[in-house]
Amino acid sequence: MKASAALRKEVDTGDCWKGFRPGDWQTSINVRDFIVRNVTPYSGNEDFLAGASQRTKAVWAKLQPYFADERKKGVLAVDTKSPSTMLAHKAGYIDRNNEVVVGLQTDQPFKRAIFPFGGLRMVEAGLKAAGFEPDAAVHETFTKYRKSHNDGVFDAYTPEIMNCRRSGVITGLPDAYGRGRIIGDYRRVALYGVDRLIEGKRAERAQIDDMWPTDDIIRMREELSEQLRALKDLASMAKLYDRDISKPATNAEEAFQWTYFAYLGAIKEANGAAMSIGRISSFLDVYIERDLKTGILDEARAQELWDQLVQKLRIVRFLRTPDYDALFSGDPYWATECVGGMDLDGRALVTKSSYRMLHTLYNLGPAPEPNITVLWSNHMPAPFKRYCVKVSRDTSSLQYENDDLMRPFWGDDYGIACCVSAMRLGKQMQFFGARVNLAKALLYAINGGRDEVSGEQVAPGTMPVAGDFLDYDDVMVKFDTTMEWLAKTYVHAMNCIHYMHDKYFYERLEMALHDRDILRTMAFGIAGLSVVADSLSAIKYGKIRVTRDDRGLIVDYQNEDNQSTPQFGNNDDRVDQIASSIVTSFMEKIRKHPTYRNATHTQSVLTITSNVVYGKATGNTPDGRRKGEPFGPGANPMHGRDSHGWLASCLSVAKLPYRDAQDGISYTVSVAPQKAHLSESQLLDEAVKAFDVYFDRGGFHMNLNVIDRETLEDAMKNPDKYPQLTIRVSGYAVNFVRLTPEQQRDVISRTFHGQI
Amino acid sequence: MSTVQALEPGSRHDLRVGISPDAPDEDKIKDEVGSFGYCHSYETSSRYDGPGLRLVLFVSGCLLRCTYCHNPDTWHLKDGTYVSVDQVLRRISDFAPSIQALGGGLTISGGEPMVQLAFTRRIFAGARKMGLHTAIQTSGFLGDRADEAYLSEIDLVLLDIKSSDPETYRRVTGRDLAPTLRFAERLASMSKPVWVRFTLVPGETDDPANVDGIGRFVAPMKNVEWVEVQPFHQMGSFKWKAMGLDYKLEDTLPADRELVGRVIEQFRAAGCQVR
Repeated sequence: MKASAALRKEVDTGDCWKGFRPGDWQTSINVRDFIVRNVTPYSGNEDFLAGASQRTKAVWAKLQPYFADERKKGVLAVDTKSPSTMLAHKAGYIDRNNEVVVGLQTDQPFKRAIFPFGGLRMVEAGLKAAGFEPDAAVHETFTKYRKSHNDGVFDAYTPEIMNCRRSGVITGLPDAYGRGRIIGDYRRVALYGVDRLIEGKRAERAQIDDMWPTDDIIRMREELSEQLRALKDLASMAKLYDRDISKPATNAEEAFQWTYFAYLGAIKEANGAAMSIGRISSFLDVYIERDLKTGILDEARAQELWDQLVQKLRIVRFLRTPDYDALFSGDPYWATECVGGMDLDGRALVTKSSYRMLHTLYNLGPAPEPNITVLWSNHMPAPFKRYCVKVSRDTSSLQYENDDLMRPFWGDDYGIACCVSAMRLGKQMQFFGARVNLAKALLYAINGGRDEVSGEQVAPGTMPVAGDFLDYDDVMVKFDTTMEWLAKTYVHAMNCIHYMHDKYFYERLEMALHDRDILRTMAFGIAGLSVVADSLSAIKYGKIRVTRDDRGLIVDYQNEDNQSTPQFGNNDDRVDQIASSIVTSFMEKIRKHPTYRNATHTQSVLTITSNVVYGKATGNTPDGRRKGEPFGPGANPMHGRDSHGWLASCLSVAKLPYRDAQDGISYTVSVAPQKAHLSESQLLDEAVKAFDVYFDRGGFHMNLNVIDRETLEDAMKNPDKYPQLTIRVSGYAVNFVRLTPEQQRDVISRTFHGQI
Repeated sequence: MSTVQALEPGSRHDLRVGISPDAPDEDKIKDEVGSFGYCHSYETSSRYDGPGLRLVLFVSGCLLRCTYCHNPDTWHLKDGTYVSVDQVLRRISDFAPSIQALGGGLTISGGEPMVQLAFTRRIFAGARKMGLHTAIQTSGFLGDRADEAYLSEIDLVLLDIKSSDPETYRRVTGRDLAPTLRFAERLASMSKPVWVRFTLVPGETDDPANVDGIGRFVAPMKNVEWVEVQPFHQMGSFKWKAMGLDYKLEDTLPADRELVGRVIEQFRAAGCQVR
């Protein structure tokens, strides 16, 4: 929505905006307009890039002992006493003389904060697991005087939802911690300064003062008041670091600092699973270009700003519980940053700073965070595509998402929340909803709603499969009924969660960096898609005999037909269409149920590392997968079944319909770094062509690893040799050596393809 | 070589899946029409078997019995699945636009494609119609069968010359060398593009005289774009064991870097473009 006239205001910005091309952005909050009017697209190659500065190296050296310690001990320190807010901790530094971008979550690097507003139980379980004593005063406050989001949700849950949580058919719901996946438009602080943003919020508030106080209006007024307070606190937080962010940034260094402060404020106030930073590279590049022109900055200093900002983004830490770690392994926080893409006029939004951001992976070495996401457009300049592929080959730290597919939906100023969820910056947020286990749902359909492991009646009782063989039409009718129930229960749970989250754990700063009137999506998710598709294919094209145990539950499946059945991941329409139709069908069922705050229903096919946990909780499936075996991650084919090469695998995944999975479709590919008979330059060209083909065919996401199995096996045995070994799993990257042994084995067992 | 990786034990393309027990012996087949034939498996992402990204179709049936064969599960027609040429072409067409965009094409390998001459000719012709580059991977032993019409459907011949010495050739393959050399000369006279492939097996084909012989034979042929040295590996050995065959190279070590370097140098010295 366009900012209304009441928000238009000429402000005295002094020299802050000198040299920028004027436009609508000067009179309304409109970062996108600023970017497209001022960005300097770059179509050259990487030769201009500079190495790490002495200061950068000094700061990095200071951090190394922390990283090493953390690998051995896990959580290093926690402030158990002060619930995290923007002003809860005094200023913290790593190496004050050498830091050009400052600000830490607490007063010391790697000291974690607590977020009891999300849920005290999670805080205390996290502390205990890490060997710390929960604080008595915090305990008293959050049991006697103050309710948490977690308490609220459990007041509203039904026994049915509790059963679903326990059985694992719905898992990972953000009902005990921050929901995350909200991206404040942190750039606004740099471009406008806090004072101007406060004025904007006051104006938004004034517009609704004469509206009748319905629930919605009252809530909106309270939220706007909270947002105003948050902006003031943000300015006070900056003061702790001797910075005045009330006015716009006047140069690149300030623009980096102001933007980072805004992000820092957000991670001090919220402990969401995913805390993306948005799309800052080409925005900040405008400031760098201006300073390069006036000569107050050179390339080495420009790279220094990027390197040091990225250092900060690599040491974000939250206190989690072991259960949480099992779902999202390796301490991820998805400080996702997007580079590349095109604007609506057809110009590439590739700048020198897109390169500089990628180049941090050389200056500082590979790392999982920030979660650098290339918005791939087939129209981007060839040298940039090549550089991306080269960085992937050298670091396995990038993911790619299809800008040509997303731009028609979300415009040219969207960011990626978490792994694959696109949202317009400052104009859209989501109610994050984890995922359901569709493979388990299929087993419920077969067993009349009883859990195949516990034997409990979880879904409403229906007729279980009769006879010794599975009949495709019969199973489909039953599965459809089960999915209807699951969708309804899922929306029900999500409405409870987000009602309470808004009430008890509202993200006041992140939302202050949004327009008042925004698009809300409610993001549902499915896990086990390839297991379900292969199972239904086995039932349709094979002859599946069932085995019952003494409880009368069907617990195993045998294909009595000699022929193998079609499997997802081989570009075989017979099964690929089943997979696509499941995505569409579940989405349609979700859409039937009204959502909290009229959010738009969306869906993802994404698992993070939870494919291991989901697999563990799920019995034998008709596709031949054994009980406890991990699912394929995200939209991936099951490990080893995509046996006709990466092209076939890619083409299968590319068929999944984005219109019914607008929260993203995650696909991870591992290729071995072989040489073929091509020169290095030819190899990069071939890989670029491969990307173009995959995305041109409608592929949404590509999480690319260039690594061989032997290296991973060696890293399992000798973790100390590989402190920075980074690999991409579903939607994010992790330090391989920080995964649990179980997850490491899962990664190793995934399909490795030959050279792309 | 990607073929072997795709055929890990336990995969659905492992041995004896969907086989055709009623198939004739490979030396008795008459496929004058070629509407149907025996296919073993396929792979869509090879970077070794011709230019660009290759869709490699492995057909079954071969008359050679190479001691180091890494696809012994393709020797007999009955190792393959009986499928129609339409079925094969439909499958290829699912990949054709992508393969074309990637500058690749179709490579038929095996087995020996020329065992099923009419069948493979129809597949080549169909792939050509889709705009695909076509390549055949062959020992050349049945080269006399390939008439002008057959070769006109093929853009590139990947020709295995396993030895220049008839004795060695017979020991390693069980067959005569002459037909392969004859075929190579015919391709040269037609200026048909060829990549000569030489599998380097320590103790079997690594004799310097053997390598020099091939080098001397190939060097004058202007149609030979590359000589490719393929070092022996043990990745096919599990198949021999699984099939209960007598695998003579159990203790043979993979060709090491030094040996590969020496052989490449020999080809280069002979005047070949080698890699």
